[in-house]
Amino acid sequence: MTSASLSLSRDDRPILIAALFILVILVAGTVYTFARFGSAPLLSPTYLLQQLQIGAFLGIVAAGMMVVILIAQIDLSVPWTLAAAAMMATSIGGPLAIPVGLGIGLLVGLVNGIGVAYLRVPSMIFTLGVNAVMRGLMVAHTGGYAPQTAATDLMRTLAADRTLGIPNALFVWAAVSVLVAVMLQRTALGRYIYAIGNKEAAAYLAGVDTRRVTVICFVICGVAAALAGVLLAGYSTKAYQGMGDAYLLPSIAAVVIGGTNILGGRGRYLGTLIGVVLIVLLNSVLSIMDMPEAGRQVIYGLVIIFMLLVYGRGERVTS
Amino acid sequence: MLQRRPALGPSMLDDVAIRVRQNVGIVTAVLLFCVLYVLYNLAHPKGFSSAVLVQNGDEIFALAMLAMAQTVPVLASGLDLSVGAVMTMVGCFASYLLTGTAGGTPLHLDLFGLHLFLGTFPGDISGILLGIVVCLAIGALAGFVNGCVVVYGRIQPIIATLATGAVYIGIALFLRPTPGGKIDEDLNWALTNSLGDFAATVHIFDDGAAGWFAPVAWIPVPFVLLVLIALLVWVPFRRSVLGRAVYAVGSAEGAAYMSGLPVDRAKIAAFTLAGFFAGCGGLFLAIQTSSGNADIPQAGAYTLNSIASVVIGGTSLLGGTGSAIGSIFGAMILRVISFFFRIFDIAPLLQPLFEGLILLAAVSIGALGVLRVRNTLELFR
Amino acid sequence: MSDAVLTQEAFLELSGISKRYAGVRALEGVDFACERGKIHAVLGENGAGKSTLIKIIAGVVQPDSGRMRLAGRDVSFATPSAANAARVVCIFQELSLMPDLSVADNISIASPPRRFGLIDARAQRRRAEELLAEIGCEDVNPLMRVRDLPLSRRQIVEIAKALGKKPQLLILDEATSALTSADVEKVYAMLARLKSEGVAILYISHRMHEVEALADRASVFRNGRHIETFDRGRRSTAEIVQLMIGRDIAAQYPAKPARTSVKPMLALDNLSWEGRLDRISLRVGAGEIVGLGGLDGQGQKSLLLALFGVLRGISGRVTVEDREVRPGSPAAAKSAGIALVPEDRKTEGLMLPMSIADNLVVASLDAISTGPLVDRAKESEAVQRAIARLQIKIGAPGDAVSTLSGGNQQKVVLAKWLMTEPRIILLNDPTRGIDVGTKQELYRLMRELADQGAAILFYSTDYDELIGCCDRVAIMYDGRIVRELEGSELTETNIIASALNIDAAAPAGTGAVHA
Repeated sequence: MTSASLSLSRDDRPILIAALFILVILVAGTVYTFARFGSAPLLSPTYLLQQLQIGAFLGIVAAGMMVVILIAQIDLSVPWTLAAAAMMATSIGGPLAIPVGLGIGLLVGLVNGIGVAYLRVPSMIFTLGVNAVMRGLMVAHTGGYAPQTAATDLMRTLAADRTLGIPNALFVWAAVSVLVAVMLQRTALGRYIYAIGNKEAAAYLAGVDTRRVTVICFVICGVAAALAGVLLAGYSTKAYQGMGDAYLLPSIAAVVIGGTNILGGRGRYLGTLIGVVLIVLLNSVLSIMDMPEAGRQVIYGLVIIFMLLVYGRGERVTS
Repeated sequence: MLQRRPALGPSMLDDVAIRVRQNVGIVTAVLLFCVLYVLYNLAHPKGFSSAVLVQNGDEIFALAMLAMAQTVPVLASGLDLSVGAVMTMVGCFASYLLTGTAGGTPLHLDLFGLHLFLGTFPGDISGILLGIVVCLAIGALAGFVNGCVVVYGRIQPIIATLATGAVYIGIALFLRPTPGGKIDEDLNWALTNSLGDFAATVHIFDDGAAGWFAPVAWIPVPFVLLVLIALLVWVPFRRSVLGRAVYAVGSAEGAAYMSGLPVDRAKIAAFTLAGFFAGCGGLFLAIQTSSGNADIPQAGAYTLNSIASVVIGGTSLLGGTGSAIGSIFGAMILRVISFFFRIFDIAPLLQPLFEGLILLAAVSIGALGVLRVRNTLELFR
Repeated sequence: MSDAVLTQEAFLELSGISKRYAGVRALEGVDFACERGKIHAVLGENGAGKSTLIKIIAGVVQPDSGRMRLAGRDVSFATPSAANAARVVCIFQELSLMPDLSVADNISIASPPRRFGLIDARAQRRRAEELLAEIGCEDVNPLMRVRDLPLSRRQIVEIAKALGKKPQLLILDEATSALTSADVEKVYAMLARLKSEGVAILYISHRMHEVEALADRASVFRNGRHIETFDRGRRSTAEIVQLMIGRDIAAQYPAKPARTSVKPMLALDNLSWEGRLDRISLRVGAGEIVGLGGLDGQGQKSLLLALFGVLRGISGRVTVEDREVRPGSPAAAKSAGIALVPEDRKTEGLMLPMSIADNLVVASLDAISTGPLVDRAKESEAVQRAIARLQIKIGAPGDAVSTLSGGNQQKVVLAKWLMTEPRIILLNDPTRGIDVGTKQELYRLMRELADQGAAILFYSTDYDELIGCCDRVAIMYDGRIVRELEGSELTETNIIASALNIDAAAPAGTGAVHA
């Protein structure tokens, strides 16, 4: 009897289709591996867990990205927020490593939010500029070389170790997911986010502090990217240049494939989760198939277009 | 008939004032560029020289083309995230079609273990010209596909071009998994140097030695190409009915539709033209580097810089106002800033920082008008 | 009882035209005719069906039934362009200009002059200059962007654009509402010239003096019906007003309580804003419904927005229950106990794609949350209560609010605010486009809320409604309150007289009127 789940029920269609598509990927991949190697790694829990562990970093970034997309904005500063958090965390080291890393994300989110909410600069361009600034700061900080500092033990434990056979990174991803899902569905803030994404003027006239909510959304996205950066540094034992570049477009794609409207206001967190899994599995099947990068890119693009066409097309503007 | 005042009308001065005010973004960009470029030449250790100009032209051309490419969809209030990918793909095609190898270039297609021989692409001058046409057509086709996905697929331009961009990069990677290929040396030499060198290479104007030719022989070819493309492609487009429909769609799509303008055709045309300009950029980049390189980070950087150029050049991301000419200056400003780092011997490491700060400053100053809005509801429109 | 004397062949002839919108009657069996070389005024109150009539003639909407003949031939226009092709041209109230294009571009947007296939900018400019000169507004530079023109000049451009289509039948829908008095004179001269050239002109205006000055003939509409057509001078202004009001008052209003001394709730002193609001002082007591009347766009909407914290740069004092407040944002206004039902429920009042329940609770989430979490039990209870209280007819609370009828949508907007238990309720024309039944429910509810102690400020374009609902009505003109009417003074004649500012010295069309 909750309004949130009911109001979004028509958003179940994309989630269902994406879930079916995941099945198709699994089946097709298994048929392929069985025919070629006589084995079925895609159905082995160990392999899947390993793939999901890698997917956790993308999943956390996508969770933050989704929040920003829901208010009809976008955050292009994710790549270097992620890298900056990783680099600062490793160079500070010690117990403060993770707080400092996350603090970077918070700061970047705050700047983005203020630029977008108060100056009303299009987020597309403002976050792009912030991304360049972060990159500049980090390049200046590291001298352009691979940072020599290493991740702390805690970072490694969180990202690379396992508890009860399950990668710790998955627990972190799960925790982030629960937080974001509850925030979106159960809190007033979540309702405001959907309201702003649907009609900012109406939300404003309903007495919602739209600027504050916008800033909060960018902060969430920044912190999520920073968390992913800290974990990724833990996973690879160090930070490296351009470590966030591979996360921007896939995170947007995961959110959109999960049924979230790129124009904001519609989408469920479950969809984003499934979108991430879809992209991760697609990637792993393609690497099992030894698909060259060229084929991956083409398939990647076609899948996005195909999914969006299946989900149903946008409205025409007639007046 | 009503009495009419004698054809006094608004004075020429008024017209100029109005045009300046309407194009304040572009004018600012042009002035800023001039100041920066003069400073650059004053500070340059060797001073102003044709060689420096040629080098600058080579470095500016591709980004200027991508900035023009990005402008057209933005005017129709859509963003094209695939311009960098189209540029890269066309460059990879060029590295097969413009080799200039005597006897032509044999073309093979390896796909799923199949090995197909497609034929031999001519290597003489007609082959090179044909290759250029084919490359530009590929760029335009890619843009046309973008337009169709946006219009008929009714997918948001941002996400549609994100996806098609991946496809184009994939094709580029398929063509050039590693950097390689070759471009006809004469073509490279003729297009990336001064007009004099061009004339000498293609044997016109007494190999460039004609007396009347001397005063212009120092002009770099890339600048000439830039001006030609702007004058022969952009200016006519802007003044065509379709071009104005692009502006109208970006300004008020509903009003454009009600006025009977071809909204769909305008959007497709905008993306097609974007593909064409991006193709020009890719072609030149391949010719300049004499190779094809499916460099994904480079494609991404060019796309993002094209957006920055558009904004710095005074075009609104909301659509409806601006001009590709402004974007060219936006691109040149971005490039000149990087030239400064070179001559001042500032660590090139600081370059992205400064680029980002300048971009942020530019858009934030532009946004100060927000503070003057008296009815806050207007902020949401 | 159409008693038009057809002295010559009618140019445009409508017979039996009917049109309904979502079950609400807009036009009913209308017969109407107009002739070449005549200026024909169409009169009626808001919602009398004038706009629907001209939209049908101009091809914007299609009639449900009836016949239209132009110059003796049956016609039906599927689009505005089809009407334009038959040289039927309408100047609408809502501007159809593209703000980022120049004046010249806009004027020739449909068929620009071309040279070698490209738009001939010089010819286009010349054409714009000629058309603007025809109206006598040479001072508008065709190079200017429409966005940079004041509203009054935009309307001139709109008129020039229409002239460029060489109309045989020209329809002006409140086309002078935003013009300055100097421009109004020029437009009159232009109309006189078109008339002498044999153009048929339909002229819609709320300004009686304009009609008297211009029209050769007038037709009065009321409640979607054509009431009467008469030649100039055959009816006095008083008679015309009488015809417009009619005797068949459709709505029933709840009884007004006897006026006792009221506790002041909201007090405004010398409220001014950007020249749109001019030293407004007003008191609204607890339990009182105070109406805002007057012609459209005299500052009523701005006043409501100012009180709700939307406008910046306000001067003057706002007091709520003896405490001075400075609403700086809608959020601040909400916590001061102020609610606003905004002008456009589709874009300002509701998040249309979201559910009814989500829309209902969005302003009062704090009240139904425990800590950061929304209490679902409380939420669904609050939703049920609101739906029951306002008798909103819905399928399920989870349905998108866009599936509701206009009346029920408006109830959702109001219910959303009632959940915040406001002390002051601002209503911006809440019954526009709503069926009679729902209107009456809203009237009852307003009185109920007032009886419970709320102060209500109610702007309506429907004078009848103001008289029926309000304890007192403040009439606005040009950003000022020109008169407050109450008790027996509260009559339609008085409202119209004050709205036209007839008793004040200001004659026809002085001063720019704001939208």
